[in-house]
Amino acid sequence: MAAIEMKNIVKQYGDGFAAVNDVSIDVADGEFVILVGPSGCGKSTLLRMIVGLEDITSGDMIIGGERVNDIAPRDRDLAMVFQNYALYPHLTVYENIAFPLRLAKNFSESEIDEKVRTASATLELDEHLDRKPGNLSGGQRQRVAMGRAIVRDAKAFLFDEPLSNLDAKLRGQMRTEISRLQRRLGITTVYVTHDQTEAMTLGDRVAVLRRGVMEQLATPRELYENPVNLFVAGFIGSPPMNFLPATVEGDMVELPFGRVKIPAEKAARAKGRGLLIAGIRPEHFEDASVMDRATVAEGSTFRAHVDVTEWLGDQQYAYIPFEAPPEVQAQLTQLERDLDGESIRTQLVVSLDSASRVPEGEEIELYVNAAKMHLFDPSTGDNLTVTSPREETSAHSSSTSSSSSGASVAR
Amino acid sequence: MRTKVGQGIGLVLILLWCLFPVAWIFSLSFKSVEEAAAGSPQFLPKDPTLDTYREVLANDDFQRALINSFGISLIATTLSVILATLAAYAIARLDFTGKRVVLSIALAIAMFPVVSLVGPLFDQWRVLGLFDTWPGLIIPYMSFTLPLAIWTLSAFFREIPWEMEQAAQVDGATAWQAFRKVIVPLAAPGVFTAAILTFFFAWNDFVFGISLTSTTDARPVPAQLAFFVGPDQFNAPTSTLAAASMMVTVPIIIIVLLFQRKIVAGLTSGAVKG
Repeated sequence: MAAIEMKNIVKQYGDGFAAVNDVSIDVADGEFVILVGPSGCGKSTLLRMIVGLEDITSGDMIIGGERVNDIAPRDRDLAMVFQNYALYPHLTVYENIAFPLRLAKNFSESEIDEKVRTASATLELDEHLDRKPGNLSGGQRQRVAMGRAIVRDAKAFLFDEPLSNLDAKLRGQMRTEISRLQRRLGITTVYVTHDQTEAMTLGDRVAVLRRGVMEQLATPRELYENPVNLFVAGFIGSPPMNFLPATVEGDMVELPFGRVKIPAEKAARAKGRGLLIAGIRPEHFEDASVMDRATVAEGSTFRAHVDVTEWLGDQQYAYIPFEAPPEVQAQLTQLERDLDGESIRTQLVVSLDSASRVPEGEEIELYVNAAKMHLFDPSTGDNLTVTSPREETSAHSSSTSSSSSGASVAR
Repeated sequence: MRTKVGQGIGLVLILLWCLFPVAWIFSLSFKSVEEAAAGSPQFLPKDPTLDTYREVLANDDFQRALINSFGISLIATTLSVILATLAAYAIARLDFTGKRVVLSIALAIAMFPVVSLVGPLFDQWRVLGLFDTWPGLIIPYMSFTLPLAIWTLSAFFREIPWEMEQAAQVDGATAWQAFRKVIVPLAAPGVFTAAILTFFFAWNDFVFGISLTSTTDARPVPAQLAFFVGPDQFNAPTSTLAAASMMVTVPIIIIVLLFQRKIVAGLTSGAVKG
C-alpha cells in the first residue's frame, strides 16, 4: 500500500494535443479517489500513466515515495481492472487469478493455492474456479477481474470504468461491493468513471476533469454544494443544475421568471457585474401549494408555465421552457457540448414533492430557495458565490431548518 | 425442407467429385501388379493383396525418402512458424518504417512462380554445397511458406485485444512472457493454420524435391515415387505407386485431424465483454 502523488502531469501527443495538462493530485495511502469527466477528458489516459501503460510527457509520478516515470508497468506493483476485464480466455478462472502470482515466481504452489482460494472466497467465485471466462456472465467476469487484482498485495488498485459494461441493477450491486472491498482492504484506489453516481458514492475525493485539465478536486459533498465553476456545477448532479440568465441589483436577482432575494453576502460578491448566469439545483424549487404558508413567505415565489411533468413515485420533475439572451446562450451551448449533452431548448427542471398535483400546460406558483443559488461569471464560468467549507457548513445547517418542507425534504 | 434436400444432393456430388479418385487409388493399391496392368479395369480388386504395401515398405530408397520427407517438412514447418509468429507479431503490434514494404514483398514472393526459381537455385546450391542436402530443401520451403504464414498470423494477432497484453504487463509479465503466455495461446488457431499450410507445401512439393536432389540423401517421397519401377518395362508399377501414395497421404490426413481439434473457432470469446 502506498500513496500516489501526481505532480504537474502532462501528456502530449505527437501532434501537440495535450490529453492531460498539468494535473496534480495527491492520493493519500488508503484513499479512494475518483477521476471523473465526460468522454475525452483525459481521465483514462491519466490512469494509464499511473500504471505505466502510457508515457508521461512531463511531470512526476510518485508511488510510495519513489518516482516511477521510467519504471515498467510490471515493476510498479499496481493492480488494475480493465473496462473490458481483459481476462485470459485460454485459462480457467483459477489460473486467471493465479496468473500474477505465478509470474512473481516467489510463491510456492501451496501459497498460490491458498491466496487464490482466499480471493475467490471473498468474491464468491468458488464454484466457478474451473470454468473458462467465456462461460461466465458479465458480473462473474467482473469479479474474476477483481480477483486477479486483489490476489496479490499490490500497492494500489486502479479501476478503468469497471462497471460500464454491466446492466443497471448489477452495476449498483457491484458498486457497493467495490466500496465494501476497498474499505475492508484499506488499499489506495484510483477509479475512473464517467458515471457521476459512481463518483459521488464511491470516492473519498473526486477529481473532475475537462479536456485534460483538472477543474476541481474535492469531496463529493463539496463538489455538489460548492462547484467552482459552471462545468463542475453542470456535471455533478442529476438532473443537472439549472442555469438561468440573471442580473443582480442590490440583494435582488432578476431571473426570467421574476425577482428573487438572495443573501446580502452573495449579492455583494456579484455586485456590478452585469449579466450573470444563476445556477439553481432542481431540488431547490418547490410547488408553493404543498408547502406551509410561513416557509413560503420567507423565501421567494414566482409563477411559471409548466410544459411537461414526470412523476417517478418518490418525486416528480416539471419542465419549464424559457428564452435565454444570446450572450448567455452561447456559453450554455458550449457547456452543453463539454458535458456530452445535446439540449434542444433552454428549460428549467424543477423537482417537486411527489404529492404535488401539477397540471401540465398550466401556470403554477413555484417557491425557490434562493439562498442556495450560485452565480457564475458568463465569460469565465467561475462561481462568484463559492463559499469556503466552513461558511458552507453553517449555511447548510441553517437552510435545513428554515425550509423544512422545501428542498431538503424533497431530496 | 427443399433447401435441405438440395444441400444433401450437392454435398454428395461434391464428395463424389473429390473422393472418387482417392477411393480409386485406395482400391488400386490392393490389386496385384498383373491385375492393375490388365486392360479392363474394375473398381474392386478381384483378389485383394497386401503385397504392394510389403514391397513398398521393403524398399530401402522409399524408407529413406519417407525419413527425408518427414524431417525436412517438420523442420521447415517449425522454423517457418516460429519466424512467422515473431514477424507477424511485430507487424500487428509495432509501428516501424517499412512495414508496408515488408508486407508487399512477402505477398510478391508468395506470387512468384516456383518453377522460375528452380534453375537459379540449382546453380546456387551447387556452388554453396547445399545441393542434395536437407537445408537445400528446407530453405526454399521456408521462403515460400513464410509470406502466407505471416499474413495469416498477423490477421490473428490483430484480432487479439491490446488489453490482454497490457493486463499481463500490469500483472507482472515481461513483454516476452506476455507474448508467450497470453498472445501465442490466444493465436493458437492461427499458429496451427499456418503450421498446416506450411507442412502441406513442404510435404507435397515435387518440383524442388526432384530438381535440388540427386540421391536418397535428401530426396523426398513425392520425388522418390518417380523412381519406382515395375517388374519389367512393359508393366508399369501402378499398384505399387498407389500403395506408396496411400502411405504418403495417410500421415497428412492424421496430422490434419489432429490439428483440426486445435483450430477451435472463437477461442477468444470471453476475453472481453460478450
